[in-house]
Amino acid sequence: MFIKENIALSENGFVFNPSTGDSFTMNNTGKEVIMMIKEGKDLTLIADIMVDRYDVDRNTLERYLADFLNDLNVYNLLEEEL
Amino acid sequence: MSRRKVTVAVTGLNNIDSPGPGIPVIRGIKESDDLDARIIGLAYEHLEPGIYMKDLVDKTYMIPYPAEGKDALFERLMEIHEKENLDIIIPNFDAELFSFIKLENRLADAGIKTYLPSIHQFEERNKSNLPAFGEKYGITVPRGTEVFSIQDMNNTLRSMNYPVMVKGKYYDAYPAHSFEQAVSYFEKLTAKWGFPVILQEFIKGTEVNIIALGDGEGNLIACVPMRKQYITDKGKAWGGITIDDESLHRIAKKIITMTKWKGGMELELIRSSTNELYLLEINPRIPAWVYLAVGAGQNIPEALVKLTLGMEVNPFTRYDVGKMFIRYSYDMIVDLELFSRLTTTGEL
Repeated sequence: MFIKENIALSENGFVFNPSTGDSFTMNNTGKEVIMMIKEGKDLTLIADIMVDRYDVDRNTLERYLADFLNDLNVYNLLEEEL
Repeated sequence: MSRRKVTVAVTGLNNIDSPGPGIPVIRGIKESDDLDARIIGLAYEHLEPGIYMKDLVDKTYMIPYPAEGKDALFERLMEIHEKENLDIIIPNFDAELFSFIKLENRLADAGIKTYLPSIHQFEERNKSNLPAFGEKYGITVPRGTEVFSIQDMNNTLRSMNYPVMVKGKYYDAYPAHSFEQAVSYFEKLTAKWGFPVILQEFIKGTEVNIIALGDGEGNLIACVPMRKQYITDKGKAWGGITIDDESLHRIAKKIITMTKWKGGMELELIRSSTNELYLLEINPRIPAWVYLAVGAGQNIPEALVKLTLGMEVNPFTRYDVGKMFIRYSYDMIVDLELFSRLTTTGEL
């Protein structure tokens, strides 16, 4: 799973898809996840990091993460189908 | 290097809620480093805002409506030419293009250059000819047909699924969800634009637009795709953003190359939910959002003037992606004296 190469992500969480003109605003956790995907981290590692970083149990985190990844896919930001 | 002096007449000064392209075309020409342009506005209505924008339009003359015929237009243009010594005319309305194309040679004989598609090119991309155009050039277009009466429309709609796009001969399009709605749009459109009305298959998806400039030899000189971000109730872009999509460049290049299009054009496309691109319309002139292309690095009005003058123009190779335009309205205060001078003398 990769974020499409041409997707622009700014420090403040603004995401722009130059192919479609769509733009999105990420909250801090969304931005962290998308940055980690861009860095090539796999989902297990991303989940490990987020569980360590935030007061959340693993099951809840994985559910939110799956929802978020599904959104990224729906909005055409991922290179591969999930 | 000194800038080349040129007198350019421009139509489409109606910078209103459904704006003509005249004012953004003028802005592009005025921003040229190579041209020193005197701008002559050609107006149909006394309240076209561009007439009163004296920082952009040096002088304006009223001209007859296209319905009065090309001879009346030519006569008026010659009167204006006598006073202003026009080098170039850039017509910006679909409805007037036919007359200007027909007058191309007579204008050229009088020393006025234009840079327009041929009558064949103009007719071929006509809304009602679009299905044949798509078939000829291998471009996907929605199914469509022209109708001349409500009975005709009733027969056609039996083989189509709602919603159906009901489109005017030159401008305006509405999605009809029932026969009753289609009839109401048919009457509205024929009252405004005449016959025929075009019925087109409705394609659900994301609309994208491309502005392109062809040199008549098959070369794509300029090409900028845009996605509308804010659309008015008249379907006009009030905000948009340049995008980067190779498939859009390919389709623009294909059309310009295969048709050997001469002049500006706007392609209206829709990307369906299955990622297929449909060509909805080809507008045979520069669109009103052309200043976005200028701002993104392709000064298309300047390039058009240079091509018209026979100057060398290299095809643009890049533009800024993610550049936006946001339209706004602005109230000018105009003295009655200016308005009365225009209405009584036909010039300002």
